[in-house]
Amino acid sequence: MSTPGETGTEAWPLWEVFVRANRGLSHVHVGSLHAPDPDMAVRNARDVYTRRNEGVSIWVVPADAITTSDPDAKGAYFESPAGKNYRHAVYYTKSEGVKHL
Amino acid sequence: MSTHEGPAADAAGLDPHGDVSVDELALTEELAGAGITAAGGVASADAAEYAMRLGDDALVLAQQLGMWIARAPELEEDVALGNIALDLIGHARSLLHYAGTATGRSEDDLAYWRDEPEWRNAWLFEQPNGDFAHTIARQLVASAYLLELYAALTESTDPTLAAIAAKAVKEVDYHRDHAIQWVLRLAGGTDESRRRMIVALADTWPYAEELFADDELVERLADEGVAVLPSSLRPAFDAVIDEVLAEARLELPTGRTAFTASGGGRRGSHTEHLGPLLAEMQVLARAHPGASW
Repeated sequence: MSTPGETGTEAWPLWEVFVRANRGLSHVHVGSLHAPDPDMAVRNARDVYTRRNEGVSIWVVPADAITTSDPDAKGAYFESPAGKNYRHAVYYTKSEGVKHL
Repeated sequence: MSTHEGPAADAAGLDPHGDVSVDELALTEELAGAGITAAGGVASADAAEYAMRLGDDALVLAQQLGMWIARAPELEEDVALGNIALDLIGHARSLLHYAGTATGRSEDDLAYWRDEPEWRNAWLFEQPNGDFAHTIARQLVASAYLLELYAALTESTDPTLAAIAAKAVKEVDYHRDHAIQWVLRLAGGTDESRRRMIVALADTWPYAEELFADDELVERLADEGVAVLPSSLRPAFDAVIDEVLAEARLELPTGRTAFTASGGGRRGSHTEHLGPLLAEMQVLARAHPGASW
C-alpha cells in the first residue's frame, strides 16, 4: 500500500467492515470505507458504523484481500442446488419412535 | 425515556419483526446528571461558575469542530470530527444545564444569550481550525487535558459533576486516541504533512498553559472536593504529550517561537476569534427567540 497523499489524486484504500452486534453473534458485513491503514480503518468503522449502538466488536479487511465469486458465473455456481431438496433436513419425514428430534 | 411495546408483543408471539427486537433501541438519558438536578440537586454559585467554564470549553470546541463538516479531508474524517463535536455538545449541554440551575436559566439561555465577556472558556478552545494539522494539534492538547480532568472529576463530591464526568471520560478517551493517531500519521507522513504538524504544534502550544492555571474559585471548590485543581493535572498531561511527541519525533517549541499566551478566558477576556464564532452560533436563536427546531 502506498502512502496516501504522495500524489495529489490518490485516494485512501478501501476496507470492508464487519460488526458483531452482540456477544454470541457473528460479525456481519455492514459496508465499506476508506482509511489510510488498518488502525485508522477500525476507528473510522467505529465512527461510521457504530453510531447507534450497533456493535461490540469490529473487523476490517482490505477490500483487495477479498476474493469473490464471479458474478457472471451465477448459473454455474449457484443453480446446481435447485431440485436437490434432499439436502434440506425438512425433506425427510421423521421415523416413528425417534424421540428428541 | 421512551418505552416500546416490543416486550409485550414478544410475549404474545405477535412481534412482526421476527428476531429483531425493538428493545435494541434503548434510548438513554440525554443529559448526564439531569436526574440529580431534577431531584433538587441545584448548583451553588461557585459550582455553577465552574460548570460554566467546563461547559463553555466543550461548546466552543464543538462549534469549531462542527465547521469541519463537509470540509474534512475524507468523508470518514468528516464523520469522526462530527461525532467528536456531538460528544462535546453532550458534555456542554449537561454542564450548562447544571450551571443554569443556580440562576434559573436553561442550557439554551446560557448558550445563546450570553455575550462574549460572559463566556468562560479557555483560549485554546476558541483558536481557529486552521488547516487539518492545527485542528489535530488543538485536539491533542484539548483531549489530553480533558481526559485527565474528567477522570479526576469522577471522584467529585458534587454528584452531578461526578455523573457528567463519568459519561464524558470514556468519550474523551476516544477523542485523545483519535488525535494521537493523527499526530503520528501527520508527523510520520509526507514532508508536507510533517511540516504542517510542526507549525501547528508551535502555534497551539502557547495556549496549553492557561488550562492548568489555578485561581480562587477552583481552590475554594477543590477544598470542598467539588472541583479538580487544574495545576494537579499537569504532570499526567505532560507525560502523555511527551510520549506522543517522542513517538512522532516531534519537539515542543523552544527559543524564539516559544511563548505563553496570557490567557484570561476564565475571567471573560477573549481572543479575537470568539466573537465571530458566537455570532454564528447565536444568530438564529437571537433572531427567533424561543423557536425550536
